[in-house]
Amino acid sequence: MIDYNNIRPYGDTAGDGKVQLSFTLPVPNDNKGRETAKTLAKKMGLTDLNVAHSGTLDAGFTFYVVYGSVTHSVDYAAIQVQAATGDIMDMDGINTYIREHIRRKVVIVGASTGTDAHTVGIDAIMNMKGFAGHYGLERYEMIEAHNLGSQVTNDDFIAKAKELNADVLLVSQTVTQKDIHITNLTELVELLEADGLRHKVILICGGPRIGAELAKELGYDAGFGQGSFSEDVASFAVQEMVRRNM
Amino acid sequence: MTSKLNLNQDHVSQARKYAKNVADHTQNFINQHTTVATERAICRLLGINGVDELDVPLPNVVVQHLVQHGLLASGAALMLGNAMLATGLSPQEIAEKISCDELDLTAIPMADVAAIADIINQTAAISVDKIYQNRCHRNAMLEKYGDKTEPYLYVIVATGNIHEDITQAVACVAQGADIIAVIRTTGQSLLDYVPYGATTEGFGGTYATQENFRLMRAALDAAGDKAGRYIRLCNYASGLCMPEIAAMGAVERLDVMLNDALYGILFRDINMKRTIVDQYFSRVINGFAGIIINTGEDNYLTTADAVEEAHTVLTSQFLNEQFALAAGLPPEQMGLGHAFEIAPDVKNGFLYEVAQAQMAREIFPQAPLKYMPPTKFMTGDIFKGAVQNALFNAVSIMTGQKIHLLGMLTEAIHTPFMSDRAQAIDSARYIFNTMADLADEIEFKDGGIIQSRVADVLAKACDLLAQIDKNNLFATLEQGIFAGIKRGRDAGKGLDGVVPKAPGYFNPFISMMLEGGAHND
Repeated sequence: MIDYNNIRPYGDTAGDGKVQLSFTLPVPNDNKGRETAKTLAKKMGLTDLNVAHSGTLDAGFTFYVVYGSVTHSVDYAAIQVQAATGDIMDMDGINTYIREHIRRKVVIVGASTGTDAHTVGIDAIMNMKGFAGHYGLERYEMIEAHNLGSQVTNDDFIAKAKELNADVLLVSQTVTQKDIHITNLTELVELLEADGLRHKVILICGGPRIGAELAKELGYDAGFGQGSFSEDVASFAVQEMVRRNM
Repeated sequence: MTSKLNLNQDHVSQARKYAKNVADHTQNFINQHTTVATERAICRLLGINGVDELDVPLPNVVVQHLVQHGLLASGAALMLGNAMLATGLSPQEIAEKISCDELDLTAIPMADVAAIADIINQTAAISVDKIYQNRCHRNAMLEKYGDKTEPYLYVIVATGNIHEDITQAVACVAQGADIIAVIRTTGQSLLDYVPYGATTEGFGGTYATQENFRLMRAALDAAGDKAGRYIRLCNYASGLCMPEIAAMGAVERLDVMLNDALYGILFRDINMKRTIVDQYFSRVINGFAGIIINTGEDNYLTTADAVEEAHTVLTSQFLNEQFALAAGLPPEQMGLGHAFEIAPDVKNGFLYEVAQAQMAREIFPQAPLKYMPPTKFMTGDIFKGAVQNALFNAVSIMTGQKIHLLGMLTEAIHTPFMSDRAQAIDSARYIFNTMADLADEIEFKDGGIIQSRVADVLAKACDLLAQIDKNNLFATLEQGIFAGIKRGRDAGKGLDGVVPKAPGYFNPFISMMLEGGAHND
């Protein structure tokens, strides 16, 4: 019988609380080190400890595998998670979503605009190789991604967007001085509106100094700050396209 | 070596012939052009080092000066040699004077070309000799400690801080690693300069700087002496500074360099003309320095399917081989790449992996093949990951791979912990020992799954190379044949740094290095 008010890990018997840990300590591999590993595990809230393995990594570094029973429990019934608003999908999920809901390739055009010569932001999101293990949009089968690089003027950016029939525009602003990125981002919105294009595209900006709020304020559909990956951007873009019947 | 694959030798020699045609054709373009990175590498090899007060490296200051005055096409060697004759200063002193606007190279009347060549050749000989001494030292150390016959255990460190990298690298050596690669920080490949000095901040890796090279080299020499082995150091001669990093690595005695002819074009959107010209000088330097290059075919399979696109890996290996030969780099220094990237749920996937690895072994018998571990299908389930890596290790020892990049069970989770590497080294040593002579004991069934697979992949590679030969390399890259990526011939980064050479241009290092390569050892 599982006690959902007191959930513990399950080893081979309900409620036994068994966990496995592995970690390295910067100490020599000897009895003192093993006792240190045990004491550390005790402080983590484990009892019934067994240091199953200690291996020397270097003269002053030892690797431990420790088993124990956790003394804590969690009231599962009381746990609440926020209902997702706009799912973050992975690359395969996004490809499938596009196939099912949009039924053609989505054209995404990105650039680092204005005077900004930094492409690290737009490359992290778009380059095939991606960033920190997250592949970029160029690798998405159902996305036709065009990375225009850096120092692209707003006029050139719009001209290219028209030529490629872009669904989504990504603007990156990495390093800026005296808030020139705000002037530049605002100008793009004004030009798009003047051209009658604004409502035909999903407009997204990103960069270390750009957040969701600033983006909305400037007239963008979304803004992505540091720590965002291609999945975050693409998940938003494709769901927004469906919402707007594009 | 007797073939286990019943290889169609006609296909092998045809494929090689097509690849050679492609390389020869492309070499015409290379010979007619130079780049900012090539000229900066020449500056470095002429002894220019350091930065100005704004942290701009002096090689960039000099080359920028040439660009601004429309002299890039004449080359740094000619212009610096001319200034040396007129001023009696060294290249370093000239660079310093340019950086504080005390010297304008255009204001100096051109001296006799033979006199310029003479003084430049004397200066160039200093670095060339230093690099030659490094090559001799490496050979002497390998003589002293012996070199292993089984695959080299290759691990990466990637803390961002060179001092922390050294702690990790030294621990790896104690555990049995043979090659330490210091991963570069995200984005370095797109910098059009090489940062300066020891660095302690990077993301997902550490800046490649000459000082960082020197610090790691010294630490590995010390750790290797303690362990009684020569430890090889690896970095990345790739991106927009390909030849410069090769020059720095040669001077600081690196042993292995990632150095692909096409990788930057495909995966970093660097302009193809720029990369093709840059890769040539970088390979001339690596060839002379006795540095093993690693090519990047494994990356194709992180994009394209490893079963469907296996022939593009072989095609690229043939091309990399010919581009390397054209730059004087001998087969013994060609770490042609491939990878264990077939999806774990493919029936008989292991057999296809064996087929691909054995095929590379037999087609490139002298090359120290670089074999990359599974990454695409690593999930975060570390226990399954350990099994995937074990299978990869088994293929490597069964097929005689040479540069064996250890798979990390925590791939897709984080940059490796010290314990992750230790686990990987333990696993590989166990498997390499327990299967030590398995390769000698096995043959593959005539017309079986493995032989048929190889025949199929080889035939497709041969067809593709015929097509590339017909269309030429640039057009092929525009069509998206490799890794499904299309690149425009005048698109991508760094094109503005490519110019046709002017009459009188010369690079003193090309002939010195081609003539004095490792083939003389």
